[in-house]
Amino acid sequence: MPEIRVTPLGAGQDVGRSCILVSIAGKNVMLDCGMHMGFSDDRRFPDFSYITRSGRLTDFLDCVIISHFHLDHCGALPYFSEMVGYDGPIYMTQPTQAICPILLEDYRKIAVDKKGEANFFTSQMIKDCMKKVVAVHLHQTVQVDDELEIKAYYAGHVLGAAMFQIKVGSESVVYTGDYNMTPDRHLGAAWIDKCRPNLLITESTYATTIRDSKRCRERDFLKKVHETVERGGKVLIPVFALGRAQELCILLETFWERMDLKAPIYFSTGLTEKANHYYKLFIPWTNQKIRKTFVQRNMFEFKHIKAFDRAFADSPGPMVVFATPGMLHAGQSLQIFRKWAGNEKNMVIMPGYCVQGTVGHKILSGQRKLEMEGRQVLEVKMQVEYMSFSAHADAKGIMQLVGQAEPENVLLVHGEAKKMEFLKQKIEQEFRVNCYMPANGETVTLPTSPSIPVGISLGLLKREMAQGLLPDAKKPRLLHGTLIMKDSNFRLVSSEQALKELGLAEHQLRFTCRVHLHDTRKEQEMAMRVYSHLKSVLKDHCVQHLPDGSVTVESILVQAAAHSEDPGTKVLLVSWTYQDEELGSYLTSLLKKGLPQAS
Amino acid sequence: MLAEFSPPGTAPSPTSRYEGLRSEYCLSGHPTLPCNVLKFKSTTIMLDCGLDMTSTLNFLPLPLVQSPRLSNLPGWSLKDGNAFLDKELKECSGHVFVDSVPEFCLPETELIDLSTVDVILISNYHCMMALPYITEHTGFTGTVYATEPTVQIGRLLMEELVNFIERVPKAQSASLWKNKDIQRLLPSPLKDAVEVSTWRRCYTMQEVNSALSKIQLVGYSQKIELFGAVQVTPLSSGYALGSSNWIIQSHYEKVSYVSGSSLLTTHPQPMDQASLKNSDVLILTGLTQIPTANPDSMVGEFCSNLALTVRNGGNVLVPCYPSGVIYDLLECLYQYIDSAGLSSIPFYFISPVANSSLEFSQIFAEWLCHNKQTKVYLPEPPFPHAELIQTNKLKHYPSIHGDFSNDFRQPCVVFTGHPSLRFGDVVHFMELWGKSSLNTVIFTEPDFSYLEALAPYQPLAMKCIYCPIDTRLNFIQVSKLLKEVQPLHVVCPEQYTQPPPAQSHRMDLMVDCQPPAMSYRRAEVLALPFKRRYEKIEIMPELADSLVPMEIKPGISLATVSAVLHTKDNKHVLQPPPRPAQPTGGKKRKRASDDIPDCKVLKPLLSGSIPVDQFVQTLEKHGFSDIKVEDTAKGHIVLLQEAETLIQIEEDSTHIICDDDEVLRVRLRDLVLKFLQKF
Repeated sequence: MPEIRVTPLGAGQDVGRSCILVSIAGKNVMLDCGMHMGFSDDRRFPDFSYITRSGRLTDFLDCVIISHFHLDHCGALPYFSEMVGYDGPIYMTQPTQAICPILLEDYRKIAVDKKGEANFFTSQMIKDCMKKVVAVHLHQTVQVDDELEIKAYYAGHVLGAAMFQIKVGSESVVYTGDYNMTPDRHLGAAWIDKCRPNLLITESTYATTIRDSKRCRERDFLKKVHETVERGGKVLIPVFALGRAQELCILLETFWERMDLKAPIYFSTGLTEKANHYYKLFIPWTNQKIRKTFVQRNMFEFKHIKAFDRAFADSPGPMVVFATPGMLHAGQSLQIFRKWAGNEKNMVIMPGYCVQGTVGHKILSGQRKLEMEGRQVLEVKMQVEYMSFSAHADAKGIMQLVGQAEPENVLLVHGEAKKMEFLKQKIEQEFRVNCYMPANGETVTLPTSPSIPVGISLGLLKREMAQGLLPDAKKPRLLHGTLIMKDSNFRLVSSEQALKELGLAEHQLRFTCRVHLHDTRKEQEMAMRVYSHLKSVLKDHCVQHLPDGSVTVESILVQAAAHSEDPGTKVLLVSWTYQDEELGSYLTSLLKKGLPQAS
Repeated sequence: MLAEFSPPGTAPSPTSRYEGLRSEYCLSGHPTLPCNVLKFKSTTIMLDCGLDMTSTLNFLPLPLVQSPRLSNLPGWSLKDGNAFLDKELKECSGHVFVDSVPEFCLPETELIDLSTVDVILISNYHCMMALPYITEHTGFTGTVYATEPTVQIGRLLMEELVNFIERVPKAQSASLWKNKDIQRLLPSPLKDAVEVSTWRRCYTMQEVNSALSKIQLVGYSQKIELFGAVQVTPLSSGYALGSSNWIIQSHYEKVSYVSGSSLLTTHPQPMDQASLKNSDVLILTGLTQIPTANPDSMVGEFCSNLALTVRNGGNVLVPCYPSGVIYDLLECLYQYIDSAGLSSIPFYFISPVANSSLEFSQIFAEWLCHNKQTKVYLPEPPFPHAELIQTNKLKHYPSIHGDFSNDFRQPCVVFTGHPSLRFGDVVHFMELWGKSSLNTVIFTEPDFSYLEALAPYQPLAMKCIYCPIDTRLNFIQVSKLLKEVQPLHVVCPEQYTQPPPAQSHRMDLMVDCQPPAMSYRRAEVLALPFKRRYEKIEIMPELADSLVPMEIKPGISLATVSAVLHTKDNKHVLQPPPRPAQPTGGKKRKRASDDIPDCKVLKPLLSGSIPVDQFVQTLEKHGFSDIKVEDTAKGHIVLLQEAETLIQIEEDSTHIICDDDEVLRVRLRDLVLKFLQKF
């Protein structure tokens, strides 16, 4: 029995280190290869020994697909390909291909240079890893091999984010990566056609949230930033360099312009400037409005937002700083946070999801005394705000996508178990499909029953189609043919053609039954009466009286003859072939009952 | 099913469908601006929507600034002195021009009812210029497919065209001269102008927007299903940003449509040749218009002539389209100007869409050649004209009015349209610079004969250099391509099946393939040679499980299939036959006809032969006695004397003759079938 198997190595009932193994029709595909921001030990990467204990990665996997450039989806890639060892193709969209190595390098620097980690991947490994990448265009059907094909769909979320359809024959799986079902200020909404996959693997970060209108959230955000700046406070917005950063920059830029505000807005380090440049070059991946107006004004050329210098953090007066990374787990955002945390005039706004173990997660869950490295305790007096600007689909959006794709089964990843449970029930109720939520290392197996494509000879098909046009289409009509199977080539042809192709002769099987009737009339008259009798009974059949005196019903022949011994008895010879057996046999029994008296 | 292929245009009523074959209108379509209709598996597909603009060469230029010379031309009169045409026709340096809003030669619209076209496939932005005429005025209700760069740049080309023409409103629309009886009396080339009754003036921006709104964007290698019957796929053709060839296929037939392709390494993504393999039919259009000119040496000549003129203090005028080759020229100049000492010379690019074109070229990284793509990863703009603009070496303006007039410095180089020299800012520069032999006009676009383009400006003192740069396939490349992809049949415009008229001895300047290419001309209908024998059908898993394969020969297995055929949306599915209905108690009185079997239920064919000895043994084993066997010429007769039954057995037939004893007959039948195979 064919089946689809799915095993999350990461992101199973968890957010972080997304990595999902899918086996479909004998092909093995790895979806994403991320790191976990909540850990800095072995648990930060997916457990690839799940594969390697039975062999090499390259032998096992047909391809790797990366959905977008966020590190929890691609952060383990150089480790996976260069340190564990994988030489097969890695597919991603072009913006992802452009931006991913920069984030990986950034990640490497923080881990090695700042935290002093040993045995981490090197810059050269990032480069070597990226050489294995094949760029995929939206909606392009990429033939990984003769049987396995993949296709990318727009996912919103971040620049270049894509959902992927993985297809072998008539079986398919769709993996959403992270996606957003509502367009925002710089990206469009995720979209997929009614591709009816056997399985839809969807993220479920906001499985239980139905977000209020975006406009309210934006107004709230602007109000808080404005108030803090007005009273001379400093606003820290921890962001990842690409994604929400650009969204919030556009938001603040337009607000500053409209309100004619003077407080400086900074964007930390060179990375983000470079990042904005990518956005300018990948305009076709942004939303409709930006694409339409970019010639007049490129939205990613900011007037009010300037590059940040480390020294600015100590300057007096109000300011707004976007700093990386987004979960306050390391780097510049954490440094600034430590400087500003003690002042209640200041504010930190967390615009996205924070995984467990990060400083961001701790302050959002109400912790105000943080133990830092070296047993230092940091008291947080600044205001802490959370604003969901994450570009993930909320519960409504997830349901909407399931409705769009019409999958036979749904599998949830990239979310918290408790919330998944709720969404799972909702999906099962509303769509009447099975919904799964495996933990890491747990395998879900779905039996599939793919139909078998064969070539039908045009002659046979046309014969059937022509008959299908006749009245009485209610009765199911049987098509009869012979399936010729040669290697993997399957052809359905008419029986005659099958015989001919194989060089075989037809063997004709014929029956002739003698029906004895008492009747003294002449043979010719008998035949005439047989003719009129059959004609009246068999209205839908072609009954003919031939010049030689015989009667035919379709291809069945009836002849009247004298009895050799008894002149009072006539013999009707009914003759038919095996192919007409039902009708022949029926005619015999009909004639046996005798002919009606002429009226 | 017959696949038809009808060049230019439109769907005929069944009776008129083949009238085109009689070729009453021996008019040649434009081979590089094709518009063909393909009927394929009950789908009607228009391939490209090219607009032949050479018709505008018959018109007087539209000057942006009042031109005393052009407005004072003498009217033309017939030989007999009759001057009733002098308002419409003007004489200018020995040529006669129509003084009217310029008009374009549309694709045929009478050959086929265009409202029956299901989809239009666009290959590149040059081949979509007739789109508004087709989508807005023929009852067309289908979908147009094109890549994003094709649409965006196509929009710019149309916008420029509309702008050029609407900017110079002309009250007069000449029509008298088109009268067939009058046209005959006109001098060449007006006399020989074809299809003048179908010439139309330019569309409006509103029509352009409406036409473009019918386009659905597609990406290379995207498989697009049409009505479940046909799949179309655009492939990179290497000619321009987003340019494509198309594969049109069902499961058992494949048509490749090759239009405007290039094997040269310029800015676009390279041509995808491999996907064209195994085609039944390859339709070949859009080859180079200048097969004898090498694009590389033309670019070299372009640069050296430009440098020479500028060094001598003259100005250079380059009539061009706002997108395409201009990107490559600017890139060459970027590398060339410093070494040639031209860094102080201003380069002007004047077009209502100049800015858009330059900006758009930088955001289509995914559609560019590998070298340009890697730039984006740095991230840097893929084209160096960004730097030329930043360093003020290249300046762009929407028109000669406004800022340009303040910044204008001579000597300079001006890139501007339209290459026909009949409208656009180029008309102004021709008037301005034409009188000085210091200046040079360099023709790089291959679409118009430069001599004809120059005709209304004669006599001319400025130098004219002809460096046509046409990167499309030449005949050597075509024959290599055809050898590589090996289509069963090639279909192409008739112009490609013979050497160019001006070089009739050059037998190398034609498509050479085996079997010879089938050619078409305007208003002609071709039947495409398909030998389709199979169609895809899906066997449902439950049915597949019930099949019993039997190995007939080594490696070949057979299974008889009895199944129910379901056809929906052109997709065929075989499902298991329904279980025989249970006899429903005798409540309802049966009518006699209920018993009559359905003779359409097909029984399998039989094959094999019956060894008579074994057959007799089997009969005996099943209780028959008193069996007699007689030999006949062709076989045997087995007699069951007791049952008065006779069985004739021959190599390929068996005949059972018995009384009307159904039980006996069925027993005998089953015994015979044991020796035979069912098909």
